[in-house]
Amino acid sequence: MSTILAKKPSTLTDLPMHYCPGCGHGIVHRLLAETFEELNIADRVIGVAPVGCAVFADDYFTCDTVQGAHGRGPAIATGVKRSKPGAIVFSYQGDGDLASIGMAEIVHAAVRSENITVIFINNAIYGMTGGQMAPTTLVGQVATTAPKGRDPKMQGWPINMCEMLSQITGSKYLARVAVDTPQNVLKAKACIKKAFENQVNNVGFSMVEVISQCPTNWHASVEQALEFVRTKMIPQYPLGVFKDEGAK
Amino acid sequence: MTQKTLRKGNEALAEGAIRAGARFFAGYPITPQNEVPEYMAAHMADNGGAFVQAESEVAAINMVYGAAATGTRSMTSSSSPGISLKQEGITYLASADLPCLIVNVMRGGPGLGSISGAQGDYFQATRGGGNGDYHIIVLAPNSVEELGNFPKLGFDLAEKYRMPCMILADGILGQMMESMAFNFDPVDPNKIGKFDWAVDIHKNGRKKSKVFSYKGDNLIADVTERAKRYGLIEKTEARYEARNCEGADVILVAYGLSSRACLEAVSKAEEKGLKVGLFRPITLWPFPSKALKEVSQKAKGILVVEQSLGQLVQDVKLAVGDSVPVGLNAYPAGGQPDGEQILTAAKSLLTGKKEGLFDLQTHAEGFTYECKRDLSLGVQGDRKEVK
Repeated sequence: MSTILAKKPSTLTDLPMHYCPGCGHGIVHRLLAETFEELNIADRVIGVAPVGCAVFADDYFTCDTVQGAHGRGPAIATGVKRSKPGAIVFSYQGDGDLASIGMAEIVHAAVRSENITVIFINNAIYGMTGGQMAPTTLVGQVATTAPKGRDPKMQGWPINMCEMLSQITGSKYLARVAVDTPQNVLKAKACIKKAFENQVNNVGFSMVEVISQCPTNWHASVEQALEFVRTKMIPQYPLGVFKDEGAK
Repeated sequence: MTQKTLRKGNEALAEGAIRAGARFFAGYPITPQNEVPEYMAAHMADNGGAFVQAESEVAAINMVYGAAATGTRSMTSSSSPGISLKQEGITYLASADLPCLIVNVMRGGPGLGSISGAQGDYFQATRGGGNGDYHIIVLAPNSVEELGNFPKLGFDLAEKYRMPCMILADGILGQMMESMAFNFDPVDPNKIGKFDWAVDIHKNGRKKSKVFSYKGDNLIADVTERAKRYGLIEKTEARYEARNCEGADVILVAYGLSSRACLEAVSKAEEKGLKVGLFRPITLWPFPSKALKEVSQKAKGILVVEQSLGQLVQDVKLAVGDSVPVGLNAYPAGGQPDGEQILTAAKSLLTGKKEGLFDLQTHAEGFTYECKRDLSLGVQGDRKEVK
């Protein structure tokens, strides 16, 4: 007799994911899907998919989904949530999407403390378009539009979204996690779950920033990419909970 | 049906939208449409809807995208520069086949332009405005009463054909007061049914709904299907008003506020020995081309009166071809037409004179007001040596 210890959550479709080997998106998708199951909210989740590598995220979840314009996820989620207050609405966004073209939308969704959950994948690079410099690209990190590495004199410094949004009263839950080790994946799961529990409890704006790896556009093996997360990314983007006003 | 009341255009529009079942509004302040979001802020919540003052016009239209995806009657309003910002969301709404209402209370342009009423956004509204092959339905009211009643028509058409609908008004129409009555009973959004395509809370294993804009390999099929829908709309939904066109020597063609000045011209024409009629497109897309060609068959000329630089006239020329001469009486950039000037231009059209007619070939003559800009200030952009 064999025992099933782990299986695909019922909230994920059977479609094979298109993500590159070693990418963090698939892990985060699974954590979201598990959360929907465990919180018993699968029947009322509505997801907002971004422009970027996760543009097809809407195909991977069994919940209803809306896929909209680059950076506008928090605005679209605002429209969905205000029209369907009983729905659990999440916006899934990358770093170019959230911290560059969509900076106004994420800041003001926090200012209004929209009761939505934002999942922010920060891998310090534009993936879908082929490795251009992101607002979160590290100083010295090479990108196709920063061929000699990001130079603060020319391109400024990376932006830390959790720290920035923590200054906004309307931000109720801000956490930064990584998915580089099994331990960190478990911690990430706990934070993601908290961010959705907050929405169920009408706490207000919650965001989880996931430090993720992009072996393809970092031109690294998976092992090298995970090492880059530990030695370069996390020192710039320290993990932890920056704000937690949903705690009871 | 309601009793006649005195209302400001923008407020009639906002009240009309709520009566038409609008339950989501997002907008950003811009003159001359501010009464619309102000009215929504005051009344939307009491009617069980949501009002959001967005951080930008871009955010506002994307909020409408999200709300429309739930099947809620959703809308935004703005004025010309703000509508430019909304084009991103409008093309996404068109691509995702989402119904919604967009209101443009036009002002002078290009750029920041002026806050005077104008009609310079005709091309932007009727040609799409955003990227890609698409149309939106465009309704052009010419009275406060129509401003109040067109939101219902707009939502009905938008939902019937699953596409955005725009009400193209202008600053003066939005700001002026007239007596008006609503010609429909208030719509209860809870009683108009649900769309099977809308995202919603799942119950009893309902099929997944997916609202999306990226079509990839399916784009050709997608755009082709939409083209067929557009063809059907052009055939069945073109709306217009024709006044005194039968037996008219000159038929004026104008929409919105310009058509009101044309009414003055029509009523004064007879005393000046002229036979002048008015053809007013009510839908700018679809343009009532067939009807215009039919009513103008026996006319000696068509005079297009528009508060823009030769935009409406292009649709008129496409409609009538060479069957009748077309002249243009243009009041761009916030200029306002009046009946006397229109009649002067109408006479010119019949007598081969130039007065009041805009020269469509040279663009050099025919402005109804003087050019006061000093052209020696380098308008042509010559680089000069700086010592």
